[in-house]
Amino acid sequence: MTPAPGLAEFRSRAEALAVALPALLAQAEHLAASVLPGVHGRRRSGAGDEFWQYRQATASDWGARIDWRRSARADVHFVRETEWQAAQAVTLWVDHSQAMGFSGHKSRPSKAARAQLLALALAVLLLKGGERVGLMPDLPARSGRAQLDPLAAHLCGAADAADYGSPPLAELPPHSQAVFLSDFLGAPEAVRQAVGQAADRGVRGVLLHVLDPAEEAFPYQGRSIFTSMAGGLRHETLRAADLQARYRARLAERKEMLASLARATGWQVLTHHTDQPPATALMGLWQLVDAGRGRI
Amino acid sequence: MLTLGPIGFATPALLLALLALPVLWWLLRAIPPAPVIHRFPGVALLIGLKDTETETDRTPWWLLALRALAVAALILAFSGPVLNPQPVIVSDRPLLVITDASWASARDWPQREARMAEILREAQRMGRPVDLVALTDLPSVHSGFRAADYWADRLPAIQPAPFVADAAQIAAWAETLPDRFDSYWLSDGLDHPYRAALLDQLQTRGAVTAFETSRVPLALAPPVLRDGVVEITAHRPDGLPAQEVQITATGRDPAGIERILASGSAGFADGATKARMDLTLQPELRNRIARFQIGGERSAGAVALTDDALQRRKVALLTGREGREGLDLLSPFFYLRQALSPVAELIESPSVDDLLLTSPDVVILVDVARLSEVESAQMLDFVNDGGMLLRFAGPRLAASDVARSEEDPLMPVRLRIGGRTVGGAMSWGEPQHLRDFAEGSPFEGLRIPDEVTISAQVLAQPDPFLSDRTIASLADGTPLITRKFSGNGQVVLIHTTANSEWSGLPLSGLFVEMLERLAVSTRPAAPDVDELAALQWQPQRALDGFGQVLDASSAPVVEGDKLADRAFSQTLPPGIYSSAAGSFALNVGQADMQLLRAGWPASVSVERDSVAQERELASLFLLIAFGALMVDLLAALWVSGRLRRGAVAALGLVAMLLAAPQASADDDRLARVATSEVVLAHVLTGDARVDQVTEAGLRGLGQVLRLRTSVEPGAPIGVDIERDELTFFPFLYWPITEDMPIPSDSAYARLNSYLRGGGMIMFDTRDAELAGLTRTTPEARRLQAIARALDIPPLEPVPDDHVLTRTFYLMQEFPGRHTGRDVWVEAGPPDAELAEGMPFRNLNDGVTPVIIGGHDWAAAWAVDESGLPMFRIGQGITGERQREMAYRFGVNLITHVLTGNYKSDQVHVPALLERLGQ
Repeated sequence: MTPAPGLAEFRSRAEALAVALPALLAQAEHLAASVLPGVHGRRRSGAGDEFWQYRQATASDWGARIDWRRSARADVHFVRETEWQAAQAVTLWVDHSQAMGFSGHKSRPSKAARAQLLALALAVLLLKGGERVGLMPDLPARSGRAQLDPLAAHLCGAADAADYGSPPLAELPPHSQAVFLSDFLGAPEAVRQAVGQAADRGVRGVLLHVLDPAEEAFPYQGRSIFTSMAGGLRHETLRAADLQARYRARLAERKEMLASLARATGWQVLTHHTDQPPATALMGLWQLVDAGRGRI
Repeated sequence: MLTLGPIGFATPALLLALLALPVLWWLLRAIPPAPVIHRFPGVALLIGLKDTETETDRTPWWLLALRALAVAALILAFSGPVLNPQPVIVSDRPLLVITDASWASARDWPQREARMAEILREAQRMGRPVDLVALTDLPSVHSGFRAADYWADRLPAIQPAPFVADAAQIAAWAETLPDRFDSYWLSDGLDHPYRAALLDQLQTRGAVTAFETSRVPLALAPPVLRDGVVEITAHRPDGLPAQEVQITATGRDPAGIERILASGSAGFADGATKARMDLTLQPELRNRIARFQIGGERSAGAVALTDDALQRRKVALLTGREGREGLDLLSPFFYLRQALSPVAELIESPSVDDLLLTSPDVVILVDVARLSEVESAQMLDFVNDGGMLLRFAGPRLAASDVARSEEDPLMPVRLRIGGRTVGGAMSWGEPQHLRDFAEGSPFEGLRIPDEVTISAQVLAQPDPFLSDRTIASLADGTPLITRKFSGNGQVVLIHTTANSEWSGLPLSGLFVEMLERLAVSTRPAAPDVDELAALQWQPQRALDGFGQVLDASSAPVVEGDKLADRAFSQTLPPGIYSSAAGSFALNVGQADMQLLRAGWPASVSVERDSVAQERELASLFLLIAFGALMVDLLAALWVSGRLRRGAVAALGLVAMLLAAPQASADDDRLARVATSEVVLAHVLTGDARVDQVTEAGLRGLGQVLRLRTSVEPGAPIGVDIERDELTFFPFLYWPITEDMPIPSDSAYARLNSYLRGGGMIMFDTRDAELAGLTRTTPEARRLQAIARALDIPPLEPVPDDHVLTRTFYLMQEFPGRHTGRDVWVEAGPPDAELAEGMPFRNLNDGVTPVIIGGHDWAAAWAVDESGLPMFRIGQGITGERQREMAYRFGVNLITHVLTGNYKSDQVHVPALLERLGQ
């Protein structure tokens, strides 16, 4: 019996997807394992102990909250505070636009691939640390390793048709963290708006600026026509080499815009080039997110 | 025409276009190269940026130079460049172009033709009227000058003839030439009889230019057969350095395909005009040779056709079955050998079968009265197929009753009892002389020496057709030689002996001449002029000027005197002519010919082909232009960074072409496998199970042979008797199945020649078990049907002293899967005697060609892949014992096949020991 053609096509697509998933997952876990020791080990000492600290009771404390056993050994009353039980939620956003599919050389992965890898590796680290991880726009934050599979599936999803992506203006949980991975080459207004809105809700976060070295260096010359990845934008020049300096200036301007936005909102900006090893970026990302976790 | 150094230009005006090159340069620089399209996300940052300069990047200078080169080459190509332009003689006088067009010019004909075409073109440019004449194909009178393009159309029709032009005809034609014209003579490089006179005629009328090629023609004289060696002589003009020429002999192979049968080389010494090659060939090969040819020479002169002078007839002599040793001069064979051995291939054998196998032209029976029925039938077939049977009478024929009451098909006439003796001691008459040969007799014209007398003969019965069949008779009118046609052949009886017992005929030269006339022997030399002139000759094959052999059997008959005069013409080309007296090859070359080089007086300007020839360079320049454009294409791709994918595609294409599968059929596989080691073979019956068992059986036997003897057979091979060649196998195991198809005729022919050639077939009907119960089995009947057409000698059950019982193991029974029943082998001669002191008879014949039995040996020998027996035999230990005996029989059998009857030679051991002095 042969399955119906539609079914067969669906299945083959599903299988193709499934092939990529474990690879990405395995890659991400491998990457995460290279980052885990050193930073996270300290956090886990005394894990399971809910105790946080004793503090002197104030007038506003309820009587029921006074720890009498501790208070009996001293003259003042102590209130036993436990560590905040609710885990931190981290929401990721990975740009799926066509522009992220760019790779300046065939030895380098596309920006999208790198961003997906970093996002998933970060998720692995966070989930191991017991945090809740979600993915904008559709996947709410949950904890536990079971979250990894839907995360990977969403990350591997088809690219958007749009040339450039912008972070969605979704309702982030208040006081949670967010990580945006994108090339931020699209309209800067959208980024500013999304970050501003998030910051209004007390959300802190990191902007990971993923760029291909070709986008940094602009190594073109001669008569050229540049088109965006989906073909929506087009620019023709007679001498591409002439444009290099001005292009770089504009890129620096864009970076400066991101930095100032971060400064205004308390976010952090990281720049990552696809020719650099992903572990470096992940390390930096992890430290920033981890530090953010501690600040709450 | 504009000439710059060695190059001329036909249309120099076009060169002005070269001035346009700088313009092109400027244009190429001005027009920007095609834009490169980049997909680049950073374009969002570029939007709105303006170019600071309106001028694009420049095309690299070397790319510009390449393009300029391409265009320059194109311009040059179209301006008609010519290398070594010939100086042009400006004249408006008519031009007579003469070519010898003989066999000697055939070899370089393309050059001559090209030169003629050039001359015609030139004349056309000048507007000179031209006449173009081939001396071997002359009009009777000069036909006037015409426009050059008229001749250009007819140029291909002018071809070299296979002979040299006739001087008288040329002289007559030269008389009709008009007064003033120039001549251009394309000489063949040889001095012909007409040349000096014609040159004089031409020089009185105007300037003469001659053209010669640097290669000197070679010619081949007809081959001569001397003492069995073919002598071929090549000729050339004198004054040339040492040279080696390759001579090949071409003819039909047995399959009727024309191919080179032999080749050799002849070396001219420095300055020598002749070089001889001696070729020793087997008569059969020699008889097939149709022509000799000098390798690399394309001319009629370099071909020597062969005729009867090279042929030898094959004469088979049935030698007596009893030898009369010591009396050579009395033996009839002595005279026949003396008469025939110099002029014919003699084959002698006591077996009619053997003689006929050599496919002789003539079979001679000397005083043989009666042949066996089979032999008579074979002989009759031979005669009817065009053979000739020559019989001599003698005492035995006279005493027999052959052809007494009715005519024997192998006798021309009926014979009376007893024969007669004239002029003997007890008779009245004198020995008889021969009567002059009658008109129409094959012996007509032969002179009869006086000393030839006949003293005894066998007498013919006076039948109505006796006089028609008599071709020679004695003075008293009694027939001496009678002849009868039968089918395509003939039977000739000489009514006296082939020795001097009954007549003096064999002692005379007449005997030899008569044999020659009867076409028993052939002329040792070519026919002389008188003989040629007396007959009419039908052309069979003709040579064209290039030495190609063409069929001429539809050409009209030629008178013999023309042939004798060697008066070559278009109707009498060199070739093979045939008449009643045989075939005659008329060759261009002759044994006494002399080739002379043509010399030209100083007043004649001579052109040679080594003069640098005009060469049009347009194609060369076009090629350069094309190449430059191709390089430009690649370079343009490279500049824009798109070369790599194209290069990869091109490389992939090349790789694919290289990796194309090489299909080569391997037809000799069977032969190579079968001859690389000893291979036991079995006949494929078509029954898969039987074939499988047989294969396993031979494999098992091979295993045992490997273990116990020095015979190490390879994997057994199943042969299809309809297709495969059998000669490679010493032994063929043939299991008979009920429904085995009867082999085809060709398969039978192969099987019979296999048996005659020493092969052995073992037939196994595999039915010994059943055959004990019933009288005959289907397999046995099938075997009878199959074996009917095989050449199987008389058989007998294996006798106790047969060599099969002792080749390796001593055994008396030959069990296979079954026991009992006899095994049959070739019967020993009935008169074999028991060897002294030995338990067996003195049998030194060959290996038996067949063994017939029904014991299903293969099943007893059969082993599976792991080497274990496939079938159970008998019961327990007894059965295993039987299998062991079966293997022993197999070992004996193969040893017998491979070593023959050497064990029988043991009968000589006592004698050998005695000789050693023990």
